[in-house]
Amino acid sequence: MATSVSSRALAPVAVAGNLFAFALDVLRGLFRRPFQLREFIQQAWFIASVTIIPTALVAIPFGAVIALQVGGLIKQFGAQSFTGSASVLAVVQQAAPIGTALLIAGAGGSAIAADLGARKIREELDAMMVLGIDPIQRLVVPRVLACMLVAFFLNGMVSVVGVTGGYVFNVILQDGTPGAYLASFTALAQLPDLWIGLIKALVFGLIAAIVACYKGMNAKGGPKGVGDAVNESVVITFLLLFVANFVLSMIYLQVIPPKGG
Amino acid sequence: MGVEIKVDDLSKSFGKQLIWGDVTLTVPAGEICVMLGPSGTGKSVFLKTLIGLLKPDKGSILIEGTDIASCSERELYEIRKLFGVLFQDGAMFGSMNLYDNVAFPLREHTRKSESEVREIVMEKMDLVGLLGAEDKLPGEISGGMRKRAGLARALVLDPEIVLFDEPDSGLDPVRTAFLNQLIVDLNAQIDATFLIVTHDINTARTVPDNIGLLYHRHLAMFGPREQLLSSEEPVVRQFLNAQKVGPIGMSEEKDATDLAAEEGQELPPLPPIPLQLDPSNGVPRRSQRPAGEWCRDNGVTPPPGSFESSNAGLAPGA
Repeated sequence: MATSVSSRALAPVAVAGNLFAFALDVLRGLFRRPFQLREFIQQAWFIASVTIIPTALVAIPFGAVIALQVGGLIKQFGAQSFTGSASVLAVVQQAAPIGTALLIAGAGGSAIAADLGARKIREELDAMMVLGIDPIQRLVVPRVLACMLVAFFLNGMVSVVGVTGGYVFNVILQDGTPGAYLASFTALAQLPDLWIGLIKALVFGLIAAIVACYKGMNAKGGPKGVGDAVNESVVITFLLLFVANFVLSMIYLQVIPPKGG
Repeated sequence: MGVEIKVDDLSKSFGKQLIWGDVTLTVPAGEICVMLGPSGTGKSVFLKTLIGLLKPDKGSILIEGTDIASCSERELYEIRKLFGVLFQDGAMFGSMNLYDNVAFPLREHTRKSESEVREIVMEKMDLVGLLGAEDKLPGEISGGMRKRAGLARALVLDPEIVLFDEPDSGLDPVRTAFLNQLIVDLNAQIDATFLIVTHDINTARTVPDNIGLLYHRHLAMFGPREQLLSSEEPVVRQFLNAQKVGPIGMSEEKDATDLAAEEGQELPPLPPIPLQLDPSNGVPRRSQRPAGEWCRDNGVTPPPGSFESSNAGLAPGA
């Protein structure tokens, strides 16, 4: 009885350990030749095609909400001239990478987990290993790199679309002055804000892809197992992303002094 | 020429549940072996352990001096090039058509030109009777065709060992008969070591040179076909003759009361041993032994009517 309780309590630790071991295997696979260029391009194209439009559609209201919220608050302090700056900071540093990650995980990651899960239960992965081909090198590494690449570019797109959305809402709904919005960009925001946004996007793409591949490759128990794997991969990715975002933001705020502070 | 597989004292459990333990056997080079067992006795697990997809808890599997159970990942990928494996559902890659599926191992492991690849692929497709279906996707064909395509892919690298995971599950009796003939012909042609996991007793009675029986978490018996078919050992006898009387029950083992009730019940006589399936050109395979040789050598009287026809003692309809 005691052992079954302890083994149940330790199960999540084992999953975390296996996930980490899997990530190390992927890291090792990154440097193994031949690199699967064809698979990489196909996957990058596929992930981009399922994420671009939803991401753009999410980015507009995301930018707008931040503009409205920050604009409303900042008005009470009488600092309307900083609205642009504040929303740029929020969008570039936080909203863009998080929005990107949610869509990479929700659209790209779930597709990867479903694809690999289906291959797993049809024994395709076993067949591949038996044919002397390592599925981590052949299937996982290209997907992880593709996810990171697409996340990197999507992050740029979300930044642009989000800031534009914020601008439109600020100018039209909150009677902000276009000149002040644009001019204040550099008042608080600085170049490293852009870097941290891009680094976050890369890290989130990495986490989303690794979790999706891990869950997909460990699917078991028939078609229902694939559904469970997809579901778990999305939930675990979201949890990890918010933790990773918190850690990265904290480090960033410690290391880079805020401008004008 | 085929490679010997030497399994020594192999055990495997999932968590606390022992699947099978102390399995010791040698699959002789170039011969056809069948591994039998009631459903759920870990036959597929055994197969997956042999190719290193699952790690055993203890024991060794020696192939050409390499121990599959303890070798490094790199050695494992090397040694697997000796294997061809036919998975239960063929395990074709769903995103590729049959041609690309069969060509896949060639493109990955050899530097052959596309025209050479084409030649080999077409030869194997012809062998399994799938010429003309190269452009079909695995989702568009029947289960039997997927199996045959899987066989073509397994054979494309000229393996020394071919493993079959239930080649006859989900096939009709006619296709099963054709597939069995194909297996025998292939063995005659390429002389590789064949190991077939199945629970189809008609296949087990006519195809192999050797039979093994997994039961109740251990290897009940492993030996020449005639030894098992003429055996009086209760488990072997019950399974190979598909009888209800014996130690095997609906749920793995029968309980004591059921067994007590059977006591004194007259066992039906052993059915005659059928002739082994010959290759279709009539020339005996290199590893094939003359009918009745084992029985004569070991002083065992085969059941009356043995070695007279090729379907003696088989279930009706086969």
